Amino acid sequence: MKKLTVSALLFLGSLSSVAYADCAFENTQEVKMISGSFPAWKAVTQAMAECGNVSSTLDAEFRTKVGAALAAKPSLYHVSGVANGTFVPLLNNGLIRPLDDLVAKYGQQLNANQFIQVDGKVMAIAMMINTQHLMYRQDILDQVGAQVPTTWQEVLTVAEKIQQAGIVQYPLGGTYKTGWNLAMEFINMYMGFGTSLFDGNQPNVNNEAGINTLKLMKQLTEYMDPEYLISDSTFVQKQLQQGTIAMANLWATRATAMDNKEESQVVGKVYMAAAPKSIPDGHPASTMWWDGITIATNITDQEAENAFKVALEGLDEQMVQANTDAAIWLIKGYKPTRLSNGAIENAVNRTPSYPLTANVGLIHTALGKNISDYLTGQKTAEETLKAVEEDYLSTAKESGLL
Amino acid sequence: MKQKTFFVFVAPSLLMMLIFIAIPLVSVFIQSFYVTQNVYETVVVETCTPSFPTSICEKTEKTVPLLDENNTPITQTVFVGLDTYRAVLEPEKAVQLIRSGQFFDIFTDIDFYKALRFTLMFTLITLPLVIGVGLLIALTVNNVAQNIKGPVIFISLLPFIITPVIGALSIKWLFIGDGLLTRALESLIGQEIAMFAQGWTIELLMMFYRVWHVAPFAFVIFYAGLQSVNQDTLESAVIDGASRFERVRYVIIPHLMPLIYFIALIHLMDTYRVFEEIIGFSSEAHVISLQWLTFDFLEPDDTGNRAISRASASSMLTMIGIILLLIPVLNRTLRDQKKG
Repeated sequence: MKKLTVSALLFLGSLSSVAYADCAFENTQEVKMISGSFPAWKAVTQAMAECGNVSSTLDAEFRTKVGAALAAKPSLYHVSGVANGTFVPLLNNGLIRPLDDLVAKYGQQLNANQFIQVDGKVMAIAMMINTQHLMYRQDILDQVGAQVPTTWQEVLTVAEKIQQAGIVQYPLGGTYKTGWNLAMEFINMYMGFGTSLFDGNQPNVNNEAGINTLKLMKQLTEYMDPEYLISDSTFVQKQLQQGTIAMANLWATRATAMDNKEESQVVGKVYMAAAPKSIPDGHPASTMWWDGITIATNITDQEAENAFKVALEGLDEQMVQANTDAAIWLIKGYKPTRLSNGAIENAVNRTPSYPLTANVGLIHTALGKNISDYLTGQKTAEETLKAVEEDYLSTAKESGLL
Repeated sequence: MKQKTFFVFVAPSLLMMLIFIAIPLVSVFIQSFYVTQNVYETVVVETCTPSFPTSICEKTEKTVPLLDENNTPITQTVFVGLDTYRAVLEPEKAVQLIRSGQFFDIFTDIDFYKALRFTLMFTLITLPLVIGVGLLIALTVNNVAQNIKGPVIFISLLPFIITPVIGALSIKWLFIGDGLLTRALESLIGQEIAMFAQGWTIELLMMFYRVWHVAPFAFVIFYAGLQSVNQDTLESAVIDGASRFERVRYVIIPHLMPLIYFIALIHLMDTYRVFEEIIGFSSEAHVISLQWLTFDFLEPDDTGNRAISRASASSMLTMIGIILLLIPVLNRTLRDQKKG
C-alpha cells in the first residue's frame, strides 16, 4: 500500500514536471488574466498556463468589463489583453502601468515593433496585428479573366463581370452589420480618401469624401446579399467558406478559416491581397489593429514583475511555432504563410493604424447608428452625415469632451 | 381583515418594492437632471503602434482626461436641468421639420420619435391580436374532447415558456437569407425572399413573433374564466335561438370582460418595453424601440464612453409613456368595479 502511494506520488510528480516543461520557470504566485476570446488569445493563455498558477478569462464581452475590473483596488486581474480600442480607456483612466523597467530587465526577446509607446513610455506589448484586407477566389477571377482589384472602383468592375457570368450567388460580401461593423467600413474607406475624421475635436465627415464614401458603399451593396445590414464577420466568413460570394474585405484573423477542411468548401481557392484603395494614389482603405498585453496599475510592483514574466512566456517563439496559423504574429520566429499576404501588403503600403483617441469611439458609434439610414434610403447622404455630426456633438458635450 | 394583520402581510412586499423599485426610480429621476463628466485637457502625444516592418509613430493632438494624485480621473457633476431631455426629444429640430412641412420626417430623423412610432404601433397592433387569438384558442380548447384536453393545453402553452430572446433568435434563423424556412419558401414559389432586407417585413415578423409568444398567456387566463361561465344563461340563450357567435358575443365576452381588461393592462405594460425582438432580429438598422434606445445610451462604446444621463432621461420618458397608455384602461376598470 505504501509502495503504491509512493509510486503514485512519483508518477504525479513526473506529470507535473511534464506540464511545466515548456516554461522557463515555475510560477508560484497567482497570475490572473482577462482578454478577448479568439484563437490567438487561447494560444497565448495556454502557453502562459504552462508556468502554473495562471487563471485566464477569455470573454467575448471583455471590453465592457475590463475597465471596472482594473479600476478595483487591488485590480481583479494582473494582465489584460487589449486591442487598439480597448487600450484607450485603460490608458486614459491610468489603469495600466508603464513597462519600461520590466522590458529592460526581461524583454530581450521582444521585437522593437512590438512596443506600444505613448509619450516615449512603453504601455503595452503587442503580439499580433489584425487588419481588414481583400480575400478573393482566384479561380473565379481567372474564369472572368480579371486581375486582382486594387481600388474599390476596380472591385465594382470585377463584381459586375462576375454578376454577368453568374458564377456565384453574390459577387461581394461585406461586414455591413449596423453598428460597429458598418461604421468600421465607413472609417476604412473615408480614411482611404486621405481625409481626417476630425478637425481638432470637431467632427469632420460631412464633406465630399464622406459623400463619396457613402455612395461607394451603396454601390457595393448592390452586389451583396440584400440582407447585408445583419452581416457580421462570421456571416461573411461563412459566405466565403460556402462559396456563395467571390470577394470580401475581411479581417485577417478570419483567413485561416478559409483553409479549414472541416468547415470550408473552398480550401486552397481563397487568396489574400491588400485592401482595395479609395483613390488610386492612396493607401489601402483599411486600418491596422494590434492586440497585446498590458499590466494593471493597481497591483504591487512585485506582482506586476511576476505577471510580466509569466506573460512573456505566453508570447515566446515556442508558442508562435505551435500556433503559426492563429494570427499574424509580431513575435520572433513567425514565418508568414500564403494566408498572411493581405495583412502584410496592407502594412507595407502604409495603412494607418486605427486612431487611439477617445473621440474616435464617439464618432464610431454615431456612424454606426446613422449610416444604415442612407443605405435603406431613409435619408440622403448629406442628411446622414449631418445627423452623424449632430450625434457626435451631443454625446461629446455630455461626456465633457467639448 | 384587521388593519394590523393586513399590514403585517403586505409589509415585506412593500419593503421590497421600496428598495428595488421606488429608490432606483428616484435615483434615475435625479440622474436625468445631472451630467457627470471627466475633466479633459488637450495635449500633444507621440504614440507608436506596431506594423510591418517597423512601428508607425505619429505626433497628434489628443484630448485626455485629467488624473488626480491617486491616479483616478477627476470628474465633475453639473446640474443641467432639462437639457438632457432636450437632447433626447430634440424639440427644436422637430418644430423645424414640422414648419417646413416635413412632418413625417420626424419619425425617421429623430431617434426618439422613430422609436416611439414603432413602439406605439407594435403595442397597439399586437394588443387586439393577442386578445383575439388567446380567446380563440381558449374557446377551441374548451370544446375539445376531455381526454385530449391536457396535451392540447400543454402544447398551446409551449411558446410562452420559451425565453424571449431565444425565441426571437430562432425565428430569425428560420427566416434569414439561407434559413430553413426561407429556402423552403423560395423553392416553393421560385422567387428570392429576403425578409431582413427591409423594415416592414422585419416589423411583420416581430409582431407575428410577439403574438405567437404572448397569446398562450391570454389563453390560460381566458380558459380559466370560461370555466365559470354561467351554464344556465348559456342554455337559455340556446333555447332563445342564439347562434354560436351570438352566444360568444352576448354571454361569454361580457363575462370575460374584466379578464380582457387585465390582459390588456399587462400586455400594454410589457409590450411598451419591447426590447428582445430588436436584439433577437438585429433590426437596429430599420426599427428601434424606446427600451432599446435606453440600452443603446447605456452601452459603452469601444473607448468606454456611455451616455448615462440621456439613458436616465429616456427611461423616465418610457415610464411616462406607459402611465399615459395605462390611464384609460385603469379608468375603465375602476369605473366597472364601482358599478359592480
